[in-house]
Amino acid sequence: MINRLKVLRAERNWSQGDLAERLDVSRQSVNAIETGRYDPSLPLAFRIAELFELPIEAIFASPSKGDVA
Amino acid sequence: MSRTVAARRYQVRTIWLALLYAAALLGAVYAFKHQLVGGPAAWVVAVLPALPIIGVFVAIGRYLADEQDEYLRMLMVRQTLWASGFALSAATLWGFLEAFDLVGHVEPYYVAVLWFGGLGLGNCANRLTGADAAL
Repeated sequence: MINRLKVLRAERNWSQGDLAERLDVSRQSVNAIETGRYDPSLPLAFRIAELFELPIEAIFASPSKGDVA
Repeated sequence: MSRTVAARRYQVRTIWLALLYAAALLGAVYAFKHQLVGGPAAWVVAVLPALPIIGVFVAIGRYLADEQDEYLRMLMVRQTLWASGFALSAATLWGFLEAFDLVGHVEPYYVAVLWFGGLGLGNCANRLTGADAAL
């Protein structure tokens, strides 16, 4: 799934490991989500959205619309 | 790669199970070779080496239940699907070849060996899709 996770992370100068620690997931998970190889579950997507204080659709592109809001 | 708590527990469990398997197998072979067991005891000794292998299946189930990282859990589920598909396909093919007397008999416990080999294939499949190993 297309997303802005890498951009949002870079804006905060966080490494993948930093973000993983904040989300309580593995660095591999962050990498897989960033590169679109893995779509997070809804609970994890909410955790990501809450961490960045953004709505989910501002981070993840809708599969039907294809663009991040 | 840093391992999760669930992955470390799985690793410790499988190391212990491997040691138990080696001990049980050596013990059973020795006992039967020297005719130390008979009757119901022979049945118990004969199945002893199977128990740690069954334990590994349980350990994998425990890992899947304990793993909090959903992505790593998904990778392990994918590995077990590869393992099951590989082992069952190979066993089915061999079974028909054997039924038509084209190949010799192979003990059914080799299906477990194939399944563990299938886990390796699943690991390769995960890596080919750019994923790190789950375990």
